[in-house]
Amino acid sequence: MIGLIETENLTKKFGDLTAVENVSLQVNDGEVFGFLGPNGAGKTTTIRMLCCLISKTSGSARIGGYEIGDKNDSLKIRKIIGLVPDNVGLSEHLTAYDNLDFYGKIYDCTKSQRKESIKRFLDMLGLWDKRNVLAGTFSKGMKQKLAIARALIHDPDVLFMDEPTANLDPESAKTVREFILELKKEKTIFLNTHNLDEAQRICDKIAILNTKLRVIGTPDYLEKVAKGRKTVITLEQTNDKILNSLSKLSLKNLEHKNHTLSFDVADPDSENWKVVEAIVLAGGHVTTVDVVGSTLEDVYLKLVREST
Amino acid sequence: MRLSKAWLVASRDFKIFRRQKNIWYSIIVFPIIISVLFPIILEYAGTRSGGSGMLSAANLPNLLNSFSFFIVIGAAYIPLGIASYSIVGEKIEKSLEPLLATPLTDGEILLGKAIAALLPTLVAMYAGAAVFMVGIDAVTFGKLGYNYFPNWTFGILLLVLVPVAVVMSVLYSIIVSSRVNDVRSANSYGILIFLPFLAIYFASEIRIISLDINGLLIIAGILSAIDIALYFVSTAAFQREEILTKWK
Repeated sequence: MIGLIETENLTKKFGDLTAVENVSLQVNDGEVFGFLGPNGAGKTTTIRMLCCLISKTSGSARIGGYEIGDKNDSLKIRKIIGLVPDNVGLSEHLTAYDNLDFYGKIYDCTKSQRKESIKRFLDMLGLWDKRNVLAGTFSKGMKQKLAIARALIHDPDVLFMDEPTANLDPESAKTVREFILELKKEKTIFLNTHNLDEAQRICDKIAILNTKLRVIGTPDYLEKVAKGRKTVITLEQTNDKILNSLSKLSLKNLEHKNHTLSFDVADPDSENWKVVEAIVLAGGHVTTVDVVGSTLEDVYLKLVREST
Repeated sequence: MRLSKAWLVASRDFKIFRRQKNIWYSIIVFPIIISVLFPIILEYAGTRSGGSGMLSAANLPNLLNSFSFFIVIGAAYIPLGIASYSIVGEKIEKSLEPLLATPLTDGEILLGKAIAALLPTLVAMYAGAAVFMVGIDAVTFGKLGYNYFPNWTFGILLLVLVPVAVVMSVLYSIIVSSRVNDVRSANSYGILIFLPFLAIYFASEIRIISLDINGLLIIAGILSAIDIALYFVSTAAFQREEILTKWK
């Protein structure tokens, strides 16, 4: 499998507007890479540059060893990638079968290959029975599935998906997500999404973009690194003596509500026992001690707010 | 440039057109009007005038050449609907982006779109011209004593001027389609393509130019030069980046 994506300081400017600035990332073979960011963050622009649809202003990028921006390599890149754009872009006056067959022909797939692939993907996505129905009559979810099948018809190494579950009902979104997980075994997937939960569930690596790349790493890494964690201690009762003793520990963001105390903690293992000891010495009775990790949503919102 | 790939794009468009009644009408109506209506008008007018005035044997060749020029006007008209739908339709369906992400080149897509508009037009206009010739010959043989069609003038008109006019219309439609968002607007602006052809027609009527062999070859030369200019403008408009970032 080829399917390696690499960018170094990839930048795109539209006149005075910088849409994407100095993005450097690497996606390994077989990875699902989640690209998160608010509207206008440059996610679609990045995908378009990587798919050789628009030119880069500066920096470099390679897909499967081929250089984007090089005229000869651009054609080779387009042969090994599949694109599911944010707007499905089907030919609405063609049947589902004809939509896929046309794309199969573009990629020089033989008639038997086309037939086999169309059957396989339409079956997997539950659309085989609708193969002779005009795409224009399909529901949003069905169109999205058909667009995914279209992007896979030539068995690409890398699949770019731009918001594949946006505007889908929960059931269709679930089907698409499950299908992506199924594809994960054989393809490298670059997934633009707004859906944090989806990114957390599907992706091996996540990057948060807001013109510049804010952070990149595994979902777990992002949760830990970006904000740290919070310790929540429940007491039988709190009093001034306990609170005074805790104030001497200089805890970050200490909050006191009813009989519950919470504070930010960088390393719970080395810090929490000191807090518990201080409470006990002040006569308090600890009921529970919990360490709560920040969610990907916390990380996302923090980074996006910081960058705007 | 791989012709086979351009043909693929054109074939898909043909499949789409088969389901588009509006496109069928635009392809069929004009050739029918020209091929059926003109012989009927001649026959009716000839009967009323008794073969004098404009419809005298001496004047008929000029009149028939003028009538023939409507074949060129038709050839400029038909691609408007097809090319506008073909490109604006893709814009509406947003189906250009996935197409541009394939290994097809911009030139192959553009050529495919041009073929899709060009071929049906030529087939329709040549079929219409064949019926036109037979019909006109049938109603004028009595006056002229010979079949006026086919002749070299009409041959040049059909084989040189009609393709040049079709190409002009296709290229112009591509340029217009890149700037508008719906088929109706594309057709509204597209209708301007009639102006040079109407100007030629009226110039011939007031005897500024003659639609004989020399006159037609000069007109074809001028229109070919315009075609070349339009080709450069349309290929500049039909670039991936332009389409995805600047097209309305």
